[in-house]
Parts: sequence; structure tokens; C-alpha cells
Amino acid sequence: MCLSIPAKVISINGNMAIVQIGGLMIQACLDLVEDIHEGDYALIHTGFIIQKISDEEAAETTRLIREIGNSNDLP
Amino acid sequence: MNRIQALLSAIRKEASQPVRLMEVCGGHTHSIRKFGLPGLLPDTVCLLSGPGCPVCVTHTGFIDQAIHLARNYPVIITTFGDLIRVPGSGESLETARAKGADIRIVLSPLQALNIADIETKKQIVFLGIGFETTAPSVAATIKLALERGTGNFSVLSAHKIMPPAMDAIVNQQSRIDGFICPGHVSTITGSGIFEFLSKDYGIPCVISGFEASDILESILMLIRQITKNEPKVEIQYRRAVRREGNQKAVRIMNEVFIVRDDWWRGLGIIPKSGLIPGGMYAGFNTLQRFNVPEFPDTGSRGCRCGDVLRGLITPRECKLYGRTCTPDSPAGACMVSSEGACQVYYRYQT
Repeated sequence: MCLSIPAKVISINGNMAIVQIGGLMIQACLDLVEDIHEGDYALIHTGFIIQKISDEEAAETTRLIREIGNSNDLP
Repeated sequence: MNRIQALLSAIRKEASQPVRLMEVCGGHTHSIRKFGLPGLLPDTVCLLSGPGCPVCVTHTGFIDQAIHLARNYPVIITTFGDLIRVPGSGESLETARAKGADIRIVLSPLQALNIADIETKKQIVFLGIGFETTAPSVAATIKLALERGTGNFSVLSAHKIMPPAMDAIVNQQSRIDGFICPGHVSTITGSGIFEFLSKDYGIPCVISGFEASDILESILMLIRQITKNEPKVEIQYRRAVRREGNQKAVRIMNEVFIVRDDWWRGLGIIPKSGLIPGGMYAGFNTLQRFNVPEFPDTGSRGCRCGDVLRGLITPRECKLYGRTCTPDSPAGACMVSSEGACQVYYRYQT
């Protein structure tokens, strides 16, 4: 329920962004965060960006998921 | 040696005294069983599941209210998929939908707001469940509804906050030596909300991520705090949690919602533990728009979800578990949610 997943911000239009999670593009609202730009990585929860994260942090989460062999769960 | 082996080796070496650690978040319960961690840990480390699955702690009366609304008013109920199969006193949202009630699954409260823009002749009720991770998204949606002047959108709120429930657990539970604290709740709130546990009760706390190595590292950090007898709040999940949290999200949550006493399955009524729209947003509370009766929490006969949620028993100790209560035919909410301890135990047979 409190699951949040890392995604890359592809484009921003007003208070909405298109974000990429693996091969999936979805819409996410920017109202809960400040200072988000195209190309940033962020955590997504119920259609909202809830936290900006660094490229390294996103890569680390992805690496940890891979480490345990759950490539199907990859962001 | 990889990171997981190294962490396990350190835990086996350092966990000399028996410790009882509670993972509060249902997401952690899921990860712990999915990765088979209990089988890898030494016998001295006991993991208990806590009340951090929003679906599991929700009142059956909440489901009954939603079904009552769908049947008696020109209403579209919108809900996260997590709730759809949870039994009310008589039936679930899923069975009510099969009998004709207009109940729709959404992935975001914004989708519910968009439905309100299209279905202008109907009232759209969003079923608000979730802790501090989710409440800000719903709060932001209510703010948007006010800005847009959307008059046919409201929230039936069962939103809850974690610290009062953890306080209640500590006061009701026999012994907890450390808390594995929820990761994404802390992304919003920061680490400060858990300080009372280490300061007032002397219980070590570590905010954890959700991968196997995150949880093992958190367990090791807790064991080290316990061994040194230096209880504090540490952040293992530094990738997603800042000490100060997401202050903008907290501000929006506090602007839209007010706290109220709320009922938790297994824990009863906990003072100031629930959230409903208040102040200039009070009109977005569904209960202010419709005359909806209160329904009692009935639960299923013999169901021991409440004891599971307090960490008093494991799911297998419930007589219904695996017999009359399975994921296909759940008797209690803990068997419905993918984060519920009963479903997680059943699914991974641990």
C-alpha cells in the first residue's frame, strides 16, 4: 500500500509530469514536491511524485532489486 | 562474499541475546517473507508483524458505509484495488459491484477527480485509506477539487497516522526490543516522528528500505543499538528518507486534514490517530454530504486478525488460517491484502 517506485521524469507540463518506470510511461502530479526537472529521478506513489532522488540513489535501488534476482520487478 | 551473506554473517555473530523486532509496515512483512529471511536468520532474532497494513486495520463498518452509499444514492465509489475484496459485515465491494453498484478501481485519487469532471450528474466518493505516505496525495487532490470548484467529489476517509498506533502497540504488547520503521511513511514525515519511541520508551528504531539487504542491514543496526544499549532513530533507507522528510507534503496534509480519534482493528480506538478533511476542506468529507449510518465492526467469527496485527500470534495460530480463510476466500482483511501477514504467510508458506 505504501509502495513507492523510482521513475525518471521525461517531460513536465504544468503540475503534471510524464515519468518512465521501466518501459512504462505514466502521468504523475508534481504538487507534493519542489524543484523537479526533466531528467530527474523521483519516487512515485499513487500518481504523485513524493520525493526527488539522486541518479545514484535510483541506480542503487535498481541494483539491489537485481541483486536478489527479481528482474521482473525492475523499475 | 556478497552483501547479503556478509550481513547475515555479522548478524549471526552479533545476535547473542534473543531479540524481538517488529516490522511495522506491511511492505516489510511482504519483503521479509518473499525473500525467506526468517529461515536465514539465527533463532535469537524473532520478527513480529505490526499494524502497518492500511487495509488490514480498516473497520468492516467502513466497507459497509461505502456499499450503503453506492446502493442508496446516485454515487460512484472509487477505490484503490487493495480494498475491493475486503469483507464488510455482509459482503465486499467486489460482490456489491457484481450486483450492480457502481464501484471503480483507480490507481490515483486524481483519477477519481477526473471521473468527477466527466460524470457531472453523479457524486464521486473516493475511499481514502493509507498512512502518511498516501494521505498527502489525497490532500493534494482535495485542494485541486477546491481550486477547480468540483462540487461532486468527496472523500470517505479512513486515513490513519502511524505514531499513535506504535505508542498503543508498545503499551499493549509484552515486549518489543526494536522497531523496523516504515520507509515510505518516513519519506514524507522524516525520522522525527519515531523519536518518542527511543527517548520515552528506550526502544531502538531503524527506518528501513524494502530490499533483502536493506532489511538485513536494518536488523544488524538494531542489534548493535540493543547491544550497546544506545536507543536512537537511525535511517538505513537513506536513498529515500531525509531526516526532515518532505516538508511540502506534510504541510499540504496538515492543511487539508484534521486529526480525530480512530478505530484500528486489533488495537481499538486510538486517540488522535485518524485523519478527516477539516477547516475550509470539511465539505469534502463524504459524511458531511450524505446521511450515512455508523456500522459496527463485526469481523468474521473466529477471525484473529486483531491478534495477528498486534504481534500476539502468528497467522498459523489462527484456526481459520488455510482452512476456511484463504486468499481466494478470505475471512479477514489480513488474508486479503498482499501486505497482510496472513496472505504473505500463506503465499510464501513460511
